[in-house]
Amino acid sequence: MTDLDTLEADLLRQVAEASDEPTLDAVRVAALGKKGSVSELLKTLGAMTPDERKARGPLINGLRDRVQGAIGTRRDALAEAALSARLAAERIDVTLPVREAPEARGRIHPISQVMDEITAIFADMGFSVAEGPDIETDDYNFTALNFPPGHPAREMHDTFFLAPDRNGQRKVLRTHTSPVQIRTMRSHEPPIRVICPGRTYRHDSDQTHTPMFHQVEGLVIDKAANIANLKWVLEEFCRTFFEVEAVKMRFRPSFFPFTEPSAEVDIQCSRKGGEIRFGEGTDWLEILGCGMVHPNVLRNCGLDPDSVQGFAFGVGIDRIAMLKYGMPDLRPFFEADVRWLDHYGFRPLDIPSLVAGLTG
Amino acid sequence: MKFTLSWLKDHLDAEASLETISETLTRIGLEVEGIEDKAASLKPYVVAHVLSAEQHPNADRLRVCSVDAGDGRPVQVVCGAPNARAGMKTVFAPPGTYVPGKNITLSVGNIRGVESLGMLCSGAELGLGEESDGILDLPEDAPTGQPYAVYAKLDDPVIEINLTPNRPDCTAIHGIARDLAATGLGSLKRPTQPPVRGEGDCHVSVTLDFEPVDQGLCPYFTLRLVRGVRNGPSPDWMQARLRAIGLRPINALVDITNYLTFDRGRPLHVFDAAKVQGGLVVRRARDGEGLKALDGKTYALTSDTVIIADANGVESIGGIIGGEASGCDAGTVDVLIESALWDPVNIAQSGRRLGIITDARYRFERGVDPTYTLPGLDLATRLVLEICGGTPSQPLIVGEPPATERVIDFPWTETRRLAGIELSRAEMKVTLEALGFHVVGTGDRVKVLTPSWRPDVEGKADLVEEIIRIAGLDRIEPKPLPRIEAAVGKPVLTVMQKRTRLAKRALASRGLVEAVTWSFIPHDDAVLFGGGGTDLALANPIAADLSDMRPSLVPGLLRAGQRNADRGSADVALFEVGQCFATDQPEGQTIRAAAIRRGSASHAGAGRHWDGRTVTVDAFDAKADALALLASFGIPTGGLQIVAGGPDWLHPGRSGTLQFGPKNPVGYFGEVHPRVMKALDLKGQLVAFEITLDAVPLPKHRPTKVKPALALSDFQAISRDFAFVVSRDVAAGDMVKAAQAAERKLIAGIDVFDVYEGVGIPDGSKSVAIAVRLQPVERTLTDAEIEAVTARIVAEVGRKTGATLRS
Repeated sequence: MTDLDTLEADLLRQVAEASDEPTLDAVRVAALGKKGSVSELLKTLGAMTPDERKARGPLINGLRDRVQGAIGTRRDALAEAALSARLAAERIDVTLPVREAPEARGRIHPISQVMDEITAIFADMGFSVAEGPDIETDDYNFTALNFPPGHPAREMHDTFFLAPDRNGQRKVLRTHTSPVQIRTMRSHEPPIRVICPGRTYRHDSDQTHTPMFHQVEGLVIDKAANIANLKWVLEEFCRTFFEVEAVKMRFRPSFFPFTEPSAEVDIQCSRKGGEIRFGEGTDWLEILGCGMVHPNVLRNCGLDPDSVQGFAFGVGIDRIAMLKYGMPDLRPFFEADVRWLDHYGFRPLDIPSLVAGLTG
Repeated sequence: MKFTLSWLKDHLDAEASLETISETLTRIGLEVEGIEDKAASLKPYVVAHVLSAEQHPNADRLRVCSVDAGDGRPVQVVCGAPNARAGMKTVFAPPGTYVPGKNITLSVGNIRGVESLGMLCSGAELGLGEESDGILDLPEDAPTGQPYAVYAKLDDPVIEINLTPNRPDCTAIHGIARDLAATGLGSLKRPTQPPVRGEGDCHVSVTLDFEPVDQGLCPYFTLRLVRGVRNGPSPDWMQARLRAIGLRPINALVDITNYLTFDRGRPLHVFDAAKVQGGLVVRRARDGEGLKALDGKTYALTSDTVIIADANGVESIGGIIGGEASGCDAGTVDVLIESALWDPVNIAQSGRRLGIITDARYRFERGVDPTYTLPGLDLATRLVLEICGGTPSQPLIVGEPPATERVIDFPWTETRRLAGIELSRAEMKVTLEALGFHVVGTGDRVKVLTPSWRPDVEGKADLVEEIIRIAGLDRIEPKPLPRIEAAVGKPVLTVMQKRTRLAKRALASRGLVEAVTWSFIPHDDAVLFGGGGTDLALANPIAADLSDMRPSLVPGLLRAGQRNADRGSADVALFEVGQCFATDQPEGQTIRAAAIRRGSASHAGAGRHWDGRTVTVDAFDAKADALALLASFGIPTGGLQIVAGGPDWLHPGRSGTLQFGPKNPVGYFGEVHPRVMKALDLKGQLVAFEITLDAVPLPKHRPTKVKPALALSDFQAISRDFAFVVSRDVAAGDMVKAAQAAERKLIAGIDVFDVYEGVGIPDGSKSVAIAVRLQPVERTLTDAEIEAVTARIVAEVGRKTGATLRS
């Protein structure tokens, strides 16, 4: 065994035994540093004869390469071990809860959601959205809609009145969204296609009535719109809104002062275990009123009933929300109980559309 | 409107089943609300013969009866009724029968050791009449085994329809029969009615005492005297029908008027002639007059009401209710029968004002057939003669029936135009004629004459309704509504509509929960929030605390927050987007968005969390909500100013106003004022914001959708921090504005990153640290240039706010 072999064995042993970076570095300096044992050997090459150098050169350089390689390998191993040790120490409890995202906590009220659903459907059929004030004149709420003063039909609406003004006129809280029909017809030329969602008020309070509720009115005025079109619009609406393949609807002749002919519409459903399902069953559920706009109403808006015609309908928004989403009682809609809102409300990004579906 | 099947069939010759009739009524617009068919519901109850009734071995008050229920095999029944006895006829129900009066279903019982195979029943148990202390005790000749409903003539189904106010003709069973006959379901019976041959004149005079303008209040009045009547109970068949529809039989004369009210829609009145003094005068009541009416109540009258008076004073409120003093009773010998016509609007107003609801008012305010006034008097007379005997006078007729017939020029195509259905002219004509219209002419346009009982039919559209109502709306096939333009749809929402929707989604995305609260709030709440004016107070609120139109959404939300806290949800974050009212004019109504946060309900989350301490909400939570809402509208907010202070309902030192210029405030945020908290009895930490969406500037219209070119600098931005010491009254916003003003070109952003008061800072002062980001555009800045900018910033902030650099 030569002295080089001995040195190499000794150095490789030291490398192998180095348990951390500083120790390994000390071994490196002792071997390969300026004054290191291997560096000293390399320096001796300069003083050698060419033949000696030829013989010793490869041996000493080989020694240096192997020691250098061993140190590198050992350094990688130590770094790997150190990382493993660090990672082993760096642990979190991933089961700890994070705060619920605001988007997950927030809620949209069912009325707003259903209004958005209704708007999406009717916008697709070419309807715009019209609005009017909640505080109405007697003319807009009744007279222009062909409720003559003193007519018993006015009694059908339990009206909220405001105090009489200087002229003895008393404004009313609109009892339906139909005044928006008048406002629309008086300000827009036909063809007209609007829906008018909004708040309405009646002096009535029990399990199925609240003094404030929501309606959406629909109005189509052109030169040809007739009951056949009305039926199609309402069937398409109900089918799409209730998200069923088909609905069976029953149009019953009825009476509203502002439409002639008039009808109430029932929708066929089943009630099993307190759950209402549409498109099946044998029960009928009244969901809306509709009809051809009364000639007097057209005249009251400056339109000639012999040259333009159209239809109107009115749907209770709260009511169809209850039917679709199964709220048993109307009153909690307006009580702002966060438990109810959390349960029956909708997530903020559940935006109804016909592209993605009304409900997610 | 109620009637019985047999009563209907007096007027309708039809074989149709109850079910078919019911379906048809609903189909033609006479919506059936309910059918009460006692023959079906009482089917198991039969007349039974009690063969024996022995004392129960183990109970003093019970008897063990052997009962023959008609099948010849005696049944053992234990009965506790005191009147149960051998030989009696009563009513038996076997096990399995539902007992409506007790809401139970019978089963085979074992009562104190004795088996009982059914029940002997009282009237109350069958759901008929009052509670009694015994079982039904029927006459001896009651046929054993016959269904009780048949025996007791309870087997006439009662139909109730929901009559719409436009159909006075169907306040008569005859009118309902006419509608049904028009569908082809049967034929209308039209018994001939020869006029009554009277003897002598009616000795009581009648004067219609009206100013010319008031003639329409009672245009037509007919009266007949019938002498020598016997006014006992009306016949059983009449009593049974009246009872079936919920009327109480009184005596024959009164029952006849009630009967014809329903049978013919012709309200009548009967006076006891002996109690009438002098002639009858029909006139407006005089203020101060009153009447004790047949309902036992006394009514104070005004000149708005039309009455019938005699020498004694007011005897009847015309068309609404008669008076007690001149009413008919068992002692009545001579009767005056009145058949008159009254003004619908006046009847409706009088009835409403007096709070009197009668079957007569119900009909007169809808419109009674004027031409049936005299025939109605004759029919009533005939019934009186049949039932009570007597000798009739000639009728006294004052005034005349107003003309009712309208002529409608009707093109047959109108049905197709309005209803979108093609019906044959023959079918349409048959329908109209069956309903009593006369069709004159044969061409494309005809004249249609309306019958006197249809005041609701005014024009072509009404005729179309009549035609399709009888044809059936189900025959109209749905047809697509063509688009106005054959093109992809255009956006339909207005800016405000989009904002309203966006506001809801934006606020809900911040963890707020949408509430919908009443538009009316307590008066005191309205006052606290700047409202409560008389023009926005309801004249007839449904409850004292729902009295005033809301000037703001915040009070409703604050109260809702407290209700939730009272229920155990202390940390609530609620918002509402909805209408508020400044005046009663349309322009006074605005759409606002508001939110409240209570307790620890911050954007990050509510309640305690392992990650950090619980913080209560403060004004900055409300400010963040408000700014997030404005940001969601996508309008430039560079012009938005935030100034200290807000409305009276916010804490004066912890609130701010959001404004686009001093004259255009759009909203407020901050802590709720302690005085408001106290007034509304609110607890806890509460912050709120409210923004009026209508006040937020509209986005500028841009001709293209192209976004402005993006200018990115190739040079590194640098940041410089400045720590100023400044009076604590100086707003950080003013310091930022001053720094911004020092250098218009290079400053790309300024952040306030530290605000500190305390040790090391003089009393009354604070330290405010800002970081200014400089973005070179043309070349890298030299140290000298940077120095120059920083010096300008320090100088400008110092000049405008008195701030000095912290040493």
